[in-house]
Amino acid sequence: MAAQLPLADRTIAEAGELLRRREVSSRDLTEACLGRIARDGERLNTFLAIGEGAALAAADEADARLKDGDARPLLGIPYALKDIFVTRALDDDGQPNGGLPTTAGSKILEGYRCAYASDAEDRLSRAGAVLLGKTNLDEFAMGSSNENSAFGPVHNPWDDTLVPGGSSGGSAAAVASGQAYFATGTDTGGSIRQPASLSGIVGFKPTYGRVSRYGMVAFASSLDQCGPLVRSVADAAAVLQALAGHDPRDSTSVDVPVPDYAAALTGEVRGLRLGVPREYFVAGMEPGVEAAVRSAIGVLEGMGAEIVEVSLPSTDHGLATYYIITPAEASANLARYDGVRYGLSAGDDDLMENYLRTRGSGFGPEVKRRIILGTYALSAGYYDAYYVKAQQVRTLIKAEFDSVLSTVDALLAPTSPSVAFKIGAKTDDPLLMYLNDACTLPVNIAGLPGISVPCGLSEGLPVGFQVIGRAFDESMVLRVADAYQRAAGFADLRPPTAHD
Amino acid sequence: MISRSDVEHVAALARLGLTDEEIDRLVPQLSRILEAVGKLADVDTSSVGPTAQVIALENVMRDDVARPSMEREAALAEAPLREGSLLRVPVVLEEGR
Repeated sequence: MAAQLPLADRTIAEAGELLRRREVSSRDLTEACLGRIARDGERLNTFLAIGEGAALAAADEADARLKDGDARPLLGIPYALKDIFVTRALDDDGQPNGGLPTTAGSKILEGYRCAYASDAEDRLSRAGAVLLGKTNLDEFAMGSSNENSAFGPVHNPWDDTLVPGGSSGGSAAAVASGQAYFATGTDTGGSIRQPASLSGIVGFKPTYGRVSRYGMVAFASSLDQCGPLVRSVADAAAVLQALAGHDPRDSTSVDVPVPDYAAALTGEVRGLRLGVPREYFVAGMEPGVEAAVRSAIGVLEGMGAEIVEVSLPSTDHGLATYYIITPAEASANLARYDGVRYGLSAGDDDLMENYLRTRGSGFGPEVKRRIILGTYALSAGYYDAYYVKAQQVRTLIKAEFDSVLSTVDALLAPTSPSVAFKIGAKTDDPLLMYLNDACTLPVNIAGLPGISVPCGLSEGLPVGFQVIGRAFDESMVLRVADAYQRAAGFADLRPPTAHD
Repeated sequence: MISRSDVEHVAALARLGLTDEEIDRLVPQLSRILEAVGKLADVDTSSVGPTAQVIALENVMRDDVARPSMEREAALAEAPLREGSLLRVPVVLEEGR
């Protein structure tokens, strides 16, 4: 079945197989993606920067290596970086080197050329992957719909009038519509998994500390984590293999061995104990979403996994905890945009006026909301009541996960309470928007690995479910998700627009 | 729950210029958000310590040895205002201020 999909819509594994058999070239794959970008990129608003010439040159270099028998899994595979990963765009003399700019979706960084590369760009480049460009996102990754980008919303490839989810919405839409074979995302409260769910693809947030945050523009540093958006769980394993590993340039990157993730994909779940936390099936969830997720759990049970209901009683406090901790960290992180060293500057002769005007005109409404909220939670008189309290509840949430995960091998839960919604439907109500992440953000609070895998359609739109694992046990998460995906028959799910 | 002057005070702390219309929108929005997150006050945390980060790492140090860093021209290339090899900033200390 997969073989009938157009070239641009294949998985990394399939495209890589064709490359290594010399049936197609990396240039063919790159041109297929560039063709889709030319056809759909502007309409879906997926990319903020495209490096066509550099991509074709990298593809030709990969083709030369392939000819020499180099068989690395990502060699010659075209991909995109979320535009929150810096890309080197200056040489040592400070002159533009033709590299791509980095905006983080913000006017305050419009046209910004970075003097160094992110660890993600470094590692993927060393793996031989071909960088196509940088994808659109919610400003500084703050959002669940990609409507907070200073450069316009991203549209869902399944239906132009819908959001793709966020904040890695451009990455999700690009991968879903054949504009890239994979893309990086960042996930602070669901920003990889939720757009993957709403766009019908796979999105994997690894354990906090598994992948370096070096060169990832900071949002909330104790939760931000880099991971792949891909079309299959096996592809997630391949990309994570390239991204994972200790980086001394990120002091929260953990120096633990990186296992062979592909080897974990046994297709077997017999004998595993999988927990279903009852608090994740709550009022407000769309019936079609719940039905699809319950059915996915049934598939795993049918394959021999033991399904047990478990309880994570503090789940209900996740949202409040998250919306204190992350704005607080964001308000500190975003203090660096001062109009002095780089980025937008109002050019005022008075220092205070320069700060106020630069930041007032450079940040968008959601970022301002979070800076105010975070500064308030950290300010004198409120610090203990809000910030310390949230950190204490964080301890409770993490302890509950640790306790439950000592009795089961992994957890199964919905990714998002709804399918993709209309552009504009929730923009007037921040709290309603924040609820999109109720099922994903507890995983970040506890720092655990979580993947979203497509589990069918509701009202014609994709639904995803999550597999959540123990810290640094990405192998188990991938094993369960892959076994499900192979058995369930949604592996070839593509939006109507994806086909040539 | 949060007043207009609270928002103005916090915006000044954050060095964030806001228009009157922005403040008008933020006051009710932040009040609702603070009401929602304020629910945490009901959680018993009397015997629970705070968690700032979830991994068992502390005080990650590197060896104190000199090594090459970013070239000055590359570091300064994006500065809005420069004077030679320096960043140019508005006057910070002024007589009589």
